[in-house]
Amino acid sequence: MRLALEPRAERSAAIAIASPLIAIAFTLVTMAVLFAIIGKNPLAALWVYFIDPLSDAYSLQEIVVKATPLVMIALGLSLCYLANVWNIGAEGQFLIGAVAGSWLAVKTNGTGAGHWVMPAMLVLGALGGALYALIPAICRVRFGASEILTSLMLVYVADLFLDYLVRGPWRDPKGYNFPTTPDFDPVATVPILIEGSRVHAGALIALLAVAAAMLVLGRTIKGFEIKVVGSAPKAARFGGFNAGQLAILTFLVSGALAGLSGIIEVAGPVGNLRPNISPGYGFTAIIVAFLGRLNPIGILIAGLFLALTFIGGEQAQISMRIPLDLTKVFQGILLFYVLACDSLILYRLRLIPGHGKAAYGTP
Amino acid sequence: MARQLMGLLEAIILAVLAASTPLLLAAAGELVAERAGVLNLGVEGMMIMGAACGFAGAYVAGSTLVGALCGMLAGTALAAIFALLTLGLAVNQVATGLALTILGIGLSGLIGAGFVGEKIVPAPQLHLPFLTDLPFVGRILFGQDAFVYLSLALIAAIWWFIYRTRAGLVLRAVGDNHASAHALGYPVLTIRTVAVLFGGACAGLGGAYLPLAYTPFFIPGMTAGRGWIALALVVFASWLPGRLVAGAYLFGAVTILQLHAQGAGFGIPSQLMSSLPYLATILVLVVISRARGTLRSASPASLGLVFVPDR
Repeated sequence: MRLALEPRAERSAAIAIASPLIAIAFTLVTMAVLFAIIGKNPLAALWVYFIDPLSDAYSLQEIVVKATPLVMIALGLSLCYLANVWNIGAEGQFLIGAVAGSWLAVKTNGTGAGHWVMPAMLVLGALGGALYALIPAICRVRFGASEILTSLMLVYVADLFLDYLVRGPWRDPKGYNFPTTPDFDPVATVPILIEGSRVHAGALIALLAVAAAMLVLGRTIKGFEIKVVGSAPKAARFGGFNAGQLAILTFLVSGALAGLSGIIEVAGPVGNLRPNISPGYGFTAIIVAFLGRLNPIGILIAGLFLALTFIGGEQAQISMRIPLDLTKVFQGILLFYVLACDSLILYRLRLIPGHGKAAYGTP
Repeated sequence: MARQLMGLLEAIILAVLAASTPLLLAAAGELVAERAGVLNLGVEGMMIMGAACGFAGAYVAGSTLVGALCGMLAGTALAAIFALLTLGLAVNQVATGLALTILGIGLSGLIGAGFVGEKIVPAPQLHLPFLTDLPFVGRILFGQDAFVYLSLALIAAIWWFIYRTRAGLVLRAVGDNHASAHALGYPVLTIRTVAVLFGGACAGLGGAYLPLAYTPFFIPGMTAGRGWIALALVVFASWLPGRLVAGAYLFGAVTILQLHAQGAGFGIPSQLMSSLPYLATILVLVVISRARGTLRSASPASLGLVFVPDR
């Protein structure tokens, strides 16, 4: 007896919808086991992780705040992954976007500049992220270098560059030697949407991005080209689609979205430029993209769900002393289950009777 | 003066050897997995788990050997998850590798949290009477820890296996054309599983080297991208074991030289120096990928492709 994969004649629509839910269910069971292993009450821990944050207004607002960058970055990444291009350096593009936009905030700090500053910062942030994403795209299209490795290496470089700026030239002289820029002026900050909360206009931009992605993927030729290049490269070549150009385009768009979310993050919830502005949004967004099945609406829901795990993780750390690293473990396990369940859309598991070895002859 | 210079040179070479060894170990395992046609991007995750479990094992048992074994076991366990998904369930290898890295970083933080700030006795170094005391070459050739010698022996063994044994030939066949290998009756998925597990053990050992010999303590995230650099090294080496040694020592040298340059302080920001290994990786990838046509490359033709055997 052995298990074997068998290709399905058609994609299973039922499993396509159910797979993220099955994956989440499996993840919750695994998490319960993990909680038990580290000596915490599994049910109480799951409650703190996933239910408590939904029951008070502050946590709900925080979920929106955390979901904003996740959704924006994941939308861009989903375009890349649909086109079978592997941008995994969104974290770096996020940081460079934050740096590029902050440049204007630092330069105009205290000069009484007008209301043009914030929009200009957003443009600079998107531009910075896009240009930073262009490096791995060109390395891949022009020289054939793996975009996976180059885009990831650039994350470390971006991190060090940001660190240099806030400890060196951009450090606030009145900041008691802390490695931060001065607090941004009001004209250089993203406006708050709900009075008295931290929910900012970035959430609207994220929703706009979701709508735009739906439009591009569902209604435009470019969106169609992206999907064909990724799923049927040979057909795309016959159709005359330029795969290299699309790789550069998807990298530019995902870099711009990551950069934009980076500057929104520092000009919004953070308030100035400093190290550690991201708890790994760029990497978590990869999970968001897959959990959302590379679909804009799916990504919106998945982004909210993963934001919940960030908040739940923080609360579990405070109230139950559960290590924060468990959130990363959770996210990794979730991605495993999502990928495994996705496989069942295309294949079915079959129990094959008889001796496993019999299928192979001896050469 | 000359003696001082020799002393500095000796110190640099010793440091380069130590910095290169974890890269060489991890890259050697990945090379075997990739020659079998599997791209496991989870090297970073397997290394950091190797570091955490290796330190935990060495601390609890008070033995470097136990630590090394724990590291290898941790790497193998993660690789088994990877094999189950990519080979058993035909999941995309890139995405699974990323998941493995995310999981590894999280789990290692969880396991290592209790050991941060603890110290262990670093791995002993060889000492041969007379030979190790030779000036200059003595410590470089005869005064290393077991990992350094093991990493070089491993490369030699892999070279011999890939090019001089029938099993190595089959492994290459599986990596170059899985459909043909399957048609000839070779168990493609089994061979790939073994290769992936071997890669995991090597990555775990490379990770364990860091807290067991390089610095005798554990810090979360101490691999600092070495797993990704190891992946790039395999490309740099054009999938040839011999070139892997040159590549690993070159990268070790870049790491050490930038540290020395930071110490000397030429007025260059330390962050710029710290980013040199990463920038060098990008540069090398571009140059190597561009020259792939002219350089002899053993790039496996089925690398990263999903294989589901038909019946």
